[in-house]
Amino acid sequence: MTNHWIDLKNSDVILVMGSNAAANHPISMKWVQKAKDSGGKLISVDPRFTQTSAKADVYAPLRSGTDIAFLGGMIKYILDNNKYFPEYVTNYTNASYIVGDKYDFSEGLFSGYNEKGRSYDKSTWAFKQTDKGLPERDDTLQNPRCVFQLLKKHYSRYTPEKVSEITGTPVNDLSKVYELYASTGTKDRAGTIMYAMGWCQHTVGVQNIRAMSIIQTLLGNMGIAGGGVNAMRGESNVQGSTDQALLFHILPGYLRAPLATETTLEAFSAARTPKSADPMSANWPQNTPKYVVSLLKSYWGDNATKENDFGYAWLPKLEPGQNCSWLNLFDVMYSGGIKGFFAWGQNPACSGENANKVRQAMAKLDWLVNVNIFDNETGSFWKGPGMDPKSIKTEVFMLPCAASVEKEGSISNSGRWVQWRYKAVDPPGQAKPDGDIMIELMAKIKDLYKKSGKFPDPIRNLKWDYTDAKGNFDSHKMAKEINGHFQKDITLKDPTGQDKQFKKGDPVPAFGFLQADGSTSCGNWIYCQSYNADGNNMARRKKDDPTGLGLYPQWSWCWPVNRRIIYNRASVDLNGQPFNPKRPLLKWAEGKWVGDVPDGPWPPMSDKEKGKYPFIMKPDGLAAIFGPGLNDGPFPEHYEPLECPVPNNLLSKQFTNPTIKIFAGELDKHLTCDPRFPFVGTTYRVTEHWQTGIMTRFQSWLVEAQPQMFVEISEELAKLRGIKDGEKTKVSSARGTVDCVAIVTTRFRPFQIGNVTVHQVGMPWCYGWVTPKNGGESANLLTPNVGDPNTMIPESKAFMVNVEKA
Amino acid sequence: MAEGYSILVDTSKCTACRGCQIACKQWNQLPGTQTKNVGTYENPTDLSFDTYKVVRFAEGSNGNGKPYWYFFTEQCRHCLSPGCMAAVENDEIVQDEKTGAVIYTEKTKDLNFKETLEGCPYNIPRQDPKSKVLVKCTMCFDRLTNNMIPACVKSCPTGAMTFGERDKILDMTKKRVEELKQTFPKAAAIKPDELRVIYVVTDDPAKYFKFASGK
Repeated sequence: MTNHWIDLKNSDVILVMGSNAAANHPISMKWVQKAKDSGGKLISVDPRFTQTSAKADVYAPLRSGTDIAFLGGMIKYILDNNKYFPEYVTNYTNASYIVGDKYDFSEGLFSGYNEKGRSYDKSTWAFKQTDKGLPERDDTLQNPRCVFQLLKKHYSRYTPEKVSEITGTPVNDLSKVYELYASTGTKDRAGTIMYAMGWCQHTVGVQNIRAMSIIQTLLGNMGIAGGGVNAMRGESNVQGSTDQALLFHILPGYLRAPLATETTLEAFSAARTPKSADPMSANWPQNTPKYVVSLLKSYWGDNATKENDFGYAWLPKLEPGQNCSWLNLFDVMYSGGIKGFFAWGQNPACSGENANKVRQAMAKLDWLVNVNIFDNETGSFWKGPGMDPKSIKTEVFMLPCAASVEKEGSISNSGRWVQWRYKAVDPPGQAKPDGDIMIELMAKIKDLYKKSGKFPDPIRNLKWDYTDAKGNFDSHKMAKEINGHFQKDITLKDPTGQDKQFKKGDPVPAFGFLQADGSTSCGNWIYCQSYNADGNNMARRKKDDPTGLGLYPQWSWCWPVNRRIIYNRASVDLNGQPFNPKRPLLKWAEGKWVGDVPDGPWPPMSDKEKGKYPFIMKPDGLAAIFGPGLNDGPFPEHYEPLECPVPNNLLSKQFTNPTIKIFAGELDKHLTCDPRFPFVGTTYRVTEHWQTGIMTRFQSWLVEAQPQMFVEISEELAKLRGIKDGEKTKVSSARGTVDCVAIVTTRFRPFQIGNVTVHQVGMPWCYGWVTPKNGGESANLLTPNVGDPNTMIPESKAFMVNVEKA
Repeated sequence: MAEGYSILVDTSKCTACRGCQIACKQWNQLPGTQTKNVGTYENPTDLSFDTYKVVRFAEGSNGNGKPYWYFFTEQCRHCLSPGCMAAVENDEIVQDEKTGAVIYTEKTKDLNFKETLEGCPYNIPRQDPKSKVLVKCTMCFDRLTNNMIPACVKSCPTGAMTFGERDKILDMTKKRVEELKQTFPKAAAIKPDELRVIYVVTDDPAKYFKFASGK
């Protein structure tokens, strides 16, 4: 989230699209309700009329996988009807930039497409530059090659009629949503978006969110109270684990992982440190070398020296182009390329798309370590349905671990609040906190490397001192390590220019003090300040709310530097005065900022000497309406899902996203417009079960309330297939079959897509064969293993199925 | 007796998260029963000796062609004049003076279940087939006497349930109905003068649950 949960109450219009907050993020509705109590309106856009829709002022259905068409239509509406916020768009976004002559778009393809490589030459999307190296601008927004005009041109095709024909949303409903949401384009109104996997899990997942980001910047909704682009996280600490580099392509704090071709620290840093010739751009990422060296100092301590590039050579590297994301990992595992696998706090046998392939892949392993609080379909895959235990060589180890209440540590929520939690009870039996399991594992690895091993330096030189006197994992030591320490006595200037002295071993106050010369360590630069000389800031529980906006700056701590709403300098005008005086998030008064922690100390933009643009994490300081960095285009464009019910894309000749990777193995089947699988399928969660259900399927009260795998189908489809409410059905796709109880409902309606009636059905993915008895199987036996070209997140929200009476 | 406490159930704020249904089971240490999906989210399918509270799900289409989905967290209304007490002679059922909670004691095993059930306009009491004792929601009497609010109210994330002194709850109810009427002309409180558990609905009560406003 750019904003945070409580901030939802400051919204005038809340769009819930690509999520079902009422069912899956129940507590969020407390703040949505508060917004409604103050006159705010709730919009729900969803293929199915959900618990969120039931509370909405406006509901509009859409066919799964057509969000860009829907949002593109909204962009067109905003531009055609002058609903955008001109001052904001001109000053705070790249709308005025002139795009280079090589850029073009035709029939669904952007310039620079290479059919063979299924990729773009992104250099054709570059901005025109002045001889000073600055992007060329036209602040009148009239130049036909400026971003604003190209945006207008791009979305001119997204007429309400065309959008309706693609999405199945009645034109009337489209207008209602567009009109209401676009009403937030004024200074005194805020609109926000609550989205989740319903937007991410598509072959156009990233561009779904890009489309909304464009809308939010056009309307001036970024950086303000009640606005933002707000991803609701699906796990209580998934924000924290991403921050700490759970994913293959990053190091802690979202520093991009090193490549094998980057053989020196200098080469690595240079590739991650953008330059800007514009004195008005803070270009915060220019500080990257400080964060990188401080991270290396944290890993290898005194062994990381200037002479040895601070141990940069010891970091694992990716081959250029190598992608180790989920779908690829399991593809390699399936072809026998992976020998061992730690399934730590997860259940791929049920959570992985095309789960049959995942289960088969695990049978190719030599060993599998399953770390969890309960048995699951992953640890027991070898005795699951269709498996012959005798023929499976995989040796499985089960390590019971502590649940969240059985250990101490921090949890980072969707709003970036890092909240310290205390241990309530000891874990049962032999179960151990994850930290202790890692300490034990590493002790053994270190022991082995003492004797021999290829390339032992990274292990032998590790600092690795995160244990207490008894040798147990010490979460406070770890948290302090993440915050960072000074490595020597040093005098530095604070943000006001005063000298400040620090001793070796002192905690670093905030990331502004981190250095690139090895004089500081920091395990994750965005967490610097979380545990400093003031103590454990994550454990703070003060309820003061000086702005009255619900920022609660002394409740826990949030990254970065306790800034509760990021890009908040976009909430004020060029003179630093709040656009909306009713909800002043920030204000420049008597030479300083008052309110939230500002995005940097610089004065407002009207100060031509010291003022800075608001979007400080962008190298050029402005919000990117034209985004030349993504793999599938600088503007979001509608493509059909890999599996879809229509024979062509009504907007262009390009049927599906031209840059997706298509797996072509024996189990990688996908069928489009195939009469055997005529219905659109989607997956979702229910309130009662958590992810694959491992934390909930052993809980009798929750199983009582939601006991069995089901499929929700419309009354029309039920009639067509002769299925009655509560009857057993078989739902199948090109990849598998799942038994489901039919819930026949008025909440799913057939879509009118052009001249064709398209039925959609939906299933939860929280069940599995281990428990409960007769609970049923995972919907992921049906979902396709194809991913977004930027993130490789799988497309489990739109695929094709059949439904028959069992 | 018109003093004591009341619970306001504002169905316009209920999202059917079922936190209340589970919290009721947890506080009262009631087991999860064996259920199966019968074509609805609603489960268990009815109140029972092991279930004092069930969230009812009701769906359909309104005149404008838009679907509706109404949620109704069913429980004992703790009537001011409880119909279930008609045949009480020996404190089988008592009405607590301070709170107003209608409490079924162990002695309910001596009552005629059928008559007691018929006496309840809301179809609430249930019987243990073995001990013959009758049960239902206690208003979390054992929490109230320890300065805690009922478990269901405590668990509600959206503020759909509010517990408090009866006169304050009645004021809140009135105010809320007036607010809701601006958007929902049919908004009303169900029998606030007769019941301690007061439901506010935005449509015909029968669309929520067949016994929402009585049999």
